[in-house]
Amino acid sequence: MKISVIRSTLLCVLCSQSIVAYGATEEELEKKIESLEQRLTAIEEQPASQEANKATSQFSDNSFNPAVSVILEGVYAGYKNDPENYELPGYALGGEADLAPEGFSLGHSEIILSSNIDDKFYGQFTLAIAEHDGETELEIEEAYFETLSLDYGFTIRGGRFYSGIGYLNQQHRHAWDFYDAPLIYRGLFGNQYLDDGLRLSYVVPADLYVELGSEVFAGGKYPAGGNHSDVGSWTAFVNLGGDIGVSHSWQSGISYWAANDIEREYGGHDHGGVGEVPQFTGDSQIIGFNAIYKWAPNGNYREQNLKLQFEYFTRDEEGDLALLNSSPLENSSLNSKQDGWYAQAVWQFIRTWSVGLRLDMVDSDNSGSDVAVLEEAGLANAGHEPKRASIMAQWQPSEYSRIRLQYNRDESYQVTDDQVYLQYTFSMGAHGAHQY
Amino acid sequence: MKFYREILFVLLLTVFTEVQAGIDVFACEPEWAALVKELGGDRLNVYSATTSMQDSHHIQARPSLIAKARRADLLVCSGAELESGWLPLLLRKSGNASIQPNQPGYFMAADYIEKRDVPEKLDRSMGDVHAEGNPHIHTSPENILLVADALYERLAEIDVENRADYLARYQSFEKLWKQSLEQWKAKAAVLSGVNIVTHHTYWTYLNEWAGMHVLATLEPVAGVSPSSSYLAKVKKQLSQQKPKMILHVSYVSDRPSQWLAEQTGSPVVALPATVDFQGGQTLSQWFDDVIQRLLAVI
Repeated sequence: MKISVIRSTLLCVLCSQSIVAYGATEEELEKKIESLEQRLTAIEEQPASQEANKATSQFSDNSFNPAVSVILEGVYAGYKNDPENYELPGYALGGEADLAPEGFSLGHSEIILSSNIDDKFYGQFTLAIAEHDGETELEIEEAYFETLSLDYGFTIRGGRFYSGIGYLNQQHRHAWDFYDAPLIYRGLFGNQYLDDGLRLSYVVPADLYVELGSEVFAGGKYPAGGNHSDVGSWTAFVNLGGDIGVSHSWQSGISYWAANDIEREYGGHDHGGVGEVPQFTGDSQIIGFNAIYKWAPNGNYREQNLKLQFEYFTRDEEGDLALLNSSPLENSSLNSKQDGWYAQAVWQFIRTWSVGLRLDMVDSDNSGSDVAVLEEAGLANAGHEPKRASIMAQWQPSEYSRIRLQYNRDESYQVTDDQVYLQYTFSMGAHGAHQY
Repeated sequence: MKFYREILFVLLLTVFTEVQAGIDVFACEPEWAALVKELGGDRLNVYSATTSMQDSHHIQARPSLIAKARRADLLVCSGAELESGWLPLLLRKSGNASIQPNQPGYFMAADYIEKRDVPEKLDRSMGDVHAEGNPHIHTSPENILLVADALYERLAEIDVENRADYLARYQSFEKLWKQSLEQWKAKAAVLSGVNIVTHHTYWTYLNEWAGMHVLATLEPVAGVSPSSSYLAKVKKQLSQQKPKMILHVSYVSDRPSQWLAEQTGSPVVALPATVDFQGGQTLSQWFDDVIQRLLAVI
């Protein structure tokens, strides 16, 4: 197109020249045009090849970088009671069960890298950066691969990952609908359960969603613990789900967790400077049930939706309890039964605003040969049934930003606490899909 | 032990209910469900993951969708990152090797057309922008033809035995579509050069096809609801040049459009975002409807 325009202009110029220079013959002019045309074509082709070079240079190693996502989270926490005095009678706390410090603090900042590794595998790496008592801690939260091409509904995941038990356990905390974990998660798992191992899952080829899964873990992470030469803990779970019409959907699951020969240390109790650390050795098993229901008019979640969520867990443990660093060593046999549930409703009434209500209740029935040791470890509940009620409101101007205000009336222990959290969660960069 | 017995029971039950004849197609949007149905007819069991009342940027990876993806032989989606918030998760959870990226069972319609609105710069402050360009490609009837051509070949690749049948169906679809295209072009001639306002950049390809001129977009940036101050700005901008109509897409709230209509006196034209596949509508019936609605206010 461009060439033909230039060509005709040239022709005109040459013609006018020929009128001036009478001497030139038609043949000479023809030749002149031809040579000029060739030069023009050469010039025209040059930038094209340069552009081609540019295009290939874009396919450098950087184009294959994994998707990078950074989560910024911070909170302002206000309490009526001293958060250092927090306890959950009947449950010896461990893992990350501590309350956020009073005032401003950074929560979990996360860096998430994910990518298809090749046509056979997917990989994800999550690094959590948090500050505990003035020290910055790096924690590998997830580092796993997952198969893409095993087919027939099978998937294997290996590495470090959140276990598939329960519903909330698999979700990153930035995807939670409340600032803090339900009491039963705090009590049993120290907020969330992850470990190093393998998962095999199978999706049944039916219209009803049926997922069967089982995991084996090293068993080194809370609430398991200790060294195991092979499998330290294992799980099995079944999840069912489906739609009811266009506007309603649901999911429900049962899960099982077991660990034998546990050596678990709880968070330490300071008594006059001597750190007595309760340690449990023995066997443990957990059974969980969950049910989730969501409603969105016409299935259009962005505009409006309601989410109801319920989970119940029960744990049975048998073994021995010792208070490390006590002299003489105080110990007791332990027979522990703990259970609890939470139920929550979150209503996103317009695109940018949601409100939520959550109720928590946990109970325990622990016995042993020396009740005093149980009391020291926090496993005696003295007839108190911990419970908590929470309300929250959040503003989410886009799917990448959220500011949340939450109030808890916390009756975890005998002195009722009022807790207020003002939390921000921002996600930068690539942001992968969230689970149902 | 009892637990294992339950698992075994569910397994056996489902193995026996699995066998179902035909090719299972998982379409992310109703327009592709409708198109693939035209090209495959009763040989295909077509499922559309969304309806015309849903915003396909924002779909939850529901259990029912994983179950459907598990059994699909072919995935037909818009691509260009439209489904990036949920499709990758579905694919990973499905345990289905044949619909993973770069497999014959993975078909992205936007790969076969020239995309518009490709951003020169990417920044989240620009809202729901797509690095690969505007993904709502089905709003131009010309694009449908390009996608149909690629899609019938894909069907023939997956189901080689019935290649001849897919070709025949494609040829008859192409013939009918070209006839309709002539009629739509003739009807839409009056739309050329008409000034409009749109809610979202949803109708870019339609606007270009019909030669309509977009004066303003009600979303300040893609996917973000307009504030009242932004709307006031749009109203001021439009005081010079009154739009002939305000295009509204079915899955978002029509309040901003209605407000502007009251302010400017220009009518709101509510266009169905896509084919009502679940209600039995065909692609050409949908285009008839769209053009009729546009012409009604001219």
